[in-house]
Amino acid sequence: MSDQAETMRPTRTPAFEARLKKRYASERRFKVLGLGAILFSVAVLVFLLINMTVSGLGGFQRTELAVPVDFTQAGLTVPANPVDEREVVQALQRQGLPEVISFSAEQALGEEGAAHVNNEAWRLVGQQIATDPSMLSQRVELWLPTSENLASAYAGDGNAELQPLAQQLADQGLLEDRFDFGFLQRADATDPQLVGIWGALKGSILTMIVTLALAFPIGVLAALYLEEYAPKNRWTDLIEVSINNLAAVPSIIFGLLGLAVFLAIFPGYRSAPLIGGMTLALMTMPVIVIAGRNAIKAVPPSIRDGALAIGASPIQVVFHHVLPLALPGILTGTIIGMARALGETAPLLLIGMRAFVATPPEDFTSNATVLPMQIFLWSDEIDRGFVERTSAAIIVLLVFLLLMNGLAIYLRNRFEKRW
Amino acid sequence: MSASTLLLLVLGLGLAGWLVARSRATMFRRAASDNRIASLPNYHGWYAALWIAAPALLFAIVWAAVSDSLVLQSVLADPAAADLPPFGLQRETILSQAQAVASGAAQTVTNPAANALVEPFRRASSFYGIIGVVVTLLLAGTGAAIAFLRLKPDFRARNRVEKAVLGGLLVASLVAILTTVGIIASLVFETIRFFGMVNPIDFLTGTNWAPNPMTDDSNPDPARYGAVPLFWGTFFIGVVIAMLVAIPLGMMSAIYLNQYAAPRVRTWLKPALEVLAGVPTVVYGYFAALTIAPAIRDIAIALGVQNPSSESALAAGLVMGVMIIPFVSSMADDSIAAVPQAMKDGSLALGATQNETIKRVLVPAALPGIVAGIMLAISRAIGETMIVVMAASATARLSANPLEAMTTVTYQIVANLTGEASTDSAATLAAFALGFVLFLVTLALNVIALRVVKRFREAYE
Repeated sequence: MSDQAETMRPTRTPAFEARLKKRYASERRFKVLGLGAILFSVAVLVFLLINMTVSGLGGFQRTELAVPVDFTQAGLTVPANPVDEREVVQALQRQGLPEVISFSAEQALGEEGAAHVNNEAWRLVGQQIATDPSMLSQRVELWLPTSENLASAYAGDGNAELQPLAQQLADQGLLEDRFDFGFLQRADATDPQLVGIWGALKGSILTMIVTLALAFPIGVLAALYLEEYAPKNRWTDLIEVSINNLAAVPSIIFGLLGLAVFLAIFPGYRSAPLIGGMTLALMTMPVIVIAGRNAIKAVPPSIRDGALAIGASPIQVVFHHVLPLALPGILTGTIIGMARALGETAPLLLIGMRAFVATPPEDFTSNATVLPMQIFLWSDEIDRGFVERTSAAIIVLLVFLLLMNGLAIYLRNRFEKRW
Repeated sequence: MSASTLLLLVLGLGLAGWLVARSRATMFRRAASDNRIASLPNYHGWYAALWIAAPALLFAIVWAAVSDSLVLQSVLADPAAADLPPFGLQRETILSQAQAVASGAAQTVTNPAANALVEPFRRASSFYGIIGVVVTLLLAGTGAAIAFLRLKPDFRARNRVEKAVLGGLLVASLVAILTTVGIIASLVFETIRFFGMVNPIDFLTGTNWAPNPMTDDSNPDPARYGAVPLFWGTFFIGVVIAMLVAIPLGMMSAIYLNQYAAPRVRTWLKPALEVLAGVPTVVYGYFAALTIAPAIRDIAIALGVQNPSSESALAAGLVMGVMIIPFVSSMADDSIAAVPQAMKDGSLALGATQNETIKRVLVPAALPGIVAGIMLAISRAIGETMIVVMAASATARLSANPLEAMTTVTYQIVANLTGEASTDSAATLAAFALGFVLFLVTLALNVIALRVVKRFREAYE
């Protein structure tokens, strides 16, 4: 039996065995290399996200000083029936709110410490009073933002002379990093202690509304035309080639287009969400068309035939039957395209959406900036305090992108039919 | 009347027309002997609404686009505008202040010269505003008249409406062509103006890039506009460094996902890889500038390199390479998956191991698709802007040392268009010329890649 087996396998020579071993070893190496490549890529992603999160969490905090203020002694009053918050704050300023705050700060922190309460702190107090006037009849413990210098001294860098003071105040429990809700409510500022992300976020929302309002209808209609009605001729080919190319053109080229065309037509609307949205719409439209065509293609012909057979016109077939069935797929593609537009910076840089916007934009034509642009602008700031704020802004942007992509995945899983 | 009120008014008129026409058609139907009319009442409504709203809206949009410049022209024609400085920033300020006061956006002017222009502005904008409203309403009225004269029981409203819808679909798909034409036209137009100032040969072959937006407005020195260092920097960062990272990692990831990974592993790793492509480029740029670039500098110093740059080409290129990995990997994945199973089975049946099959059969068979994917990835990399704007440098330098600072085409486009230069300066126009070169190169890469992919798919179908 064994003799027979030997004669049947004359190739299993020692040389062969050695070669086979080598080949198997190379097989294992290759597999490990492949796994290594993908794990490396994922590791970079994880490192990037952890890096941003760790430094970004600090950006949601700010260094604040505890200042007890006895408003019962101050004699401040709120005007009756104020028009808006600003009027209240102005009235309080005239009555000497800034002096009340700096006096209380001196009492609590000493002259040296009081000098490092942020210059704009009284304004924040004024805004609090505007929402809650009953504060004026109480003794309240307020946490006020510090100056940028003291904040960086507390963080362990910046002016070395201030570090003992920061240490002393922290030991007394008067100085600490506290969660800064206002970061999500304010707009840009020159002082990192006072900046907020809401201005840029609102600019992004307004810009995205314009983009969606233009790119979605145009994209869906173009996809329907190309997939359902377009005759096979040179024009159709030209449209298809244009769309495929537009989807791959670098985004900065769209910025040049926006600059040369949109800003030439509307010179007064530099850095308005309207122009930014129009530019991004041109960039997003091809993405929607391509996703839309795939979704429409996936609707089986039997649906069309059935509808045609009971007497629907070609338009009715498409708008009553094909479009509703393709809509989940189209929406998924649209959300992905919008997520890309939300993270886009380069074209907006060229059309001038890089203004310093200290108040959130009010409508589609007011000066605005967008989230990624705010990140870019803050990353250019020399002030150390902006580093953490930039990472915090990145977290906000990533959370929004995550939500949008999550919605897209949910839509795809929930509504998309496999025929 | 503001543009948005006018818009709402037209839409309201359209809605009213829809309701009236629809109820009229319902009346027709009741009056008809067999309770039938040629088209359903809804289509009558849509027919009327289209006639009322479509021309009026079209006009309102065009008017909104042109009326600003019409107002400006008539203000400039006013005798009060004769004292304006001929051009420059001051002229712009005066005009915009006068306009702001006239429209009520501002209370007072800081520049006294603007005061004289407030009244002409107010007059001109109310004049053109009234013209806009009147013509819009006239168009809506005419449309309504036409529609209601035509609506009869035997009128085929559905066919007309459907024809209009089809027209709308065609117009929507023409937007893509219009965009392409717009891109080419704006780039070509400005590029020709630039080449009127600087010889194209100097631009494409010169090796010194130092535009000076302040001095050389009308008569630039062509020796300062040699773009070769920019092309080199773009090539070195986007093609050499980035692809050295992206091609091996992307290829190996694709091979592992496609050939080795268990389905469960694949469903987790593939989306994780795709997340890399979804991270905004500004985040990569921040990461490159703040984390990678200092790290590379420290490593270089530790290795004894003299004065490494903190804006090295290596940092931008590495991060760009990581960003590109998913593009390479997904194209390679698709191409390998498209190779017929029979080819793989044949190779395995002859006794080849898995990796021998991959290296000698699958990858060669999938090569056209893989190469096309790499071309698309290159086109992506050289058009990438934010990473280089944040992590690369403004210094144009011809060097093969990855630790030195280099600049790229996209960096210079941004730098020259966001600086202080006026719109007609050579530096601004040079940015458009650079954009044109970038557009042509990426277009060529995309067209060739798409064609290769198409032919490759046909080969195995």
